[in-house]
Amino acid sequence: MTETTPTAPLPEVARRQRWMGILARTPLARLEETFAALPEAPAFTHLRRPEIGSALVRGRAGGSGERFNLGEMTVTRCSVRLSASGAIGHAYVAGRARRHAELAAVFDALLQTPGHHDRLCAALTDPAAEAIAAARAETVARTAATRVDFFTMVRGED
Amino acid sequence: MYVAVKGGERAIDNAHRLLAEERRGDRAVPALSLTQIKEQMTLAVDRVMTEGSLYDRDLAALAIKQARGDLVEAIFLLRAYRTTLPRLAVSEPVDTARMTIRRRVSATFKDLPGGQVLGPTFDYTHRLMDFKLAAEADDDAEPCERGEPRQDETVPRVADLLGEEGLIEPEVPRDGDTAEPGDITREPLEFPADRSTRLQSLARGDEGYLLGLAYSTQRGYGRNHPFAGEIRMGDVAVEIVPEELGFAVEIGDITVTECQMINQFKGSKAAPPQFTRGYGLTFGQGERKAMAMALVDRSLRAEELGEDLTAPAQDAEFVLSHCDNVEASGFVQHLKLPHYVDFQGELVTVRALRREHERKEATDAAE
Repeated sequence: MTETTPTAPLPEVARRQRWMGILARTPLARLEETFAALPEAPAFTHLRRPEIGSALVRGRAGGSGERFNLGEMTVTRCSVRLSASGAIGHAYVAGRARRHAELAAVFDALLQTPGHHDRLCAALTDPAAEAIAAARAETVARTAATRVDFFTMVRGED
Repeated sequence: MYVAVKGGERAIDNAHRLLAEERRGDRAVPALSLTQIKEQMTLAVDRVMTEGSLYDRDLAALAIKQARGDLVEAIFLLRAYRTTLPRLAVSEPVDTARMTIRRRVSATFKDLPGGQVLGPTFDYTHRLMDFKLAAEADDDAEPCERGEPRQDETVPRVADLLGEEGLIEPEVPRDGDTAEPGDITREPLEFPADRSTRLQSLARGDEGYLLGLAYSTQRGYGRNHPFAGEIRMGDVAVEIVPEELGFAVEIGDITVTECQMINQFKGSKAAPPQFTRGYGLTFGQGERKAMAMALVDRSLRAEELGEDLTAPAQDAEFVLSHCDNVEASGFVQHLKLPHYVDFQGELVTVRALRREHERKEATDAAE
């Protein structure tokens, strides 16, 4: 896999990146709940059955220098095609999570389908994004309570 | 040399059963759940993930349970599992400047943009035994307050601040960032090893070993005058670019600890006096390891920076060939496997040498 140069992605790509990032971080129970609440269970076929593997995680020397391999992490991927619209959904999800990857792929496909997009944003991705942001805000607030202002003591030597 | 032996199947089988019983311990005591290990032995989980070179909290917890808390054994288990996984993706380099910070301290600047936050640290604890934890209830600790976050969401790295004045060597990708980093999981370690390969080896390296080497540089064996420029710990997003998509997607967040060591450098004919850098990065919260790694990374740059090579921590072949605890443990511990044939050979040799020695002594005495 090659490094991409950071260029501003197209708006539709940016939107898809956003929801794929949210789906990867949404708890499985939440995905199952939303899936069960769909007015009609969407028929789909697997282009790639859920598969567990690893992703090589890279860092940079000094944070900004040359790339190096820090280690690996588990990741699960899945690709589906919706029978109704033919829309293709992909998912790559951290951890060993076959069902999570499958549902994330289905939702990725549904979110590309005009008839489903707005409803799923309201029912799933927007509230999930809020939950992720709230958890992050809680981490930040707890950490902020440990903010420290060091001051050096005057040693009175002169 | 180890020669394969046969026999002992029943003894081995029973030894494994005995091991399982001992691992479980007193059955009157409830069994440890993986969730308990994951939630309450977090730093053990972090170490096993870092040195096991696989970020997966559930698997690390399982390995710790299975290994009876022997972390090097747990690391071995995780490494062995890792080899069974197909590699599906390679991540973009994690961007630690965009970390959701849970700890950030600097020993070089007291006032720095973004400020200092202590986070969950053992620092400033008195290292007194807390006998309250020995009591049954462990849920009545005073809750941490909630603070007011500052507006500056991105927290610049300290080294980048010094870099603006040119006082520290820049860390920028070389050759247009095209060179593939070395990967010791695919290619065996060879010397001289480039920095990417060294950093990967150190990241997987044994914490105790690197800590000892780092300490040796502080005590004068290849001194390089370090300051902990910055230590930060927190969560970063992991991005991959799947071929079928052609754009980056985030697969989740991981916790990492980063240490930027700032070291003195007098300068050379080619470079003006400026600070140099050592770098440490670990999975999870691994501050001691990240600091040790940064010190050793810097000392392994001695040759590149034209410094005298006098100490073990400056010798890449010595440091990197021995830092992997799975390899080291395997080779040291293989000594306990049957070496009967080998040893019989040695016995014959020693006996022959002794006979020779006695005959010589007898001859010398007679003369």
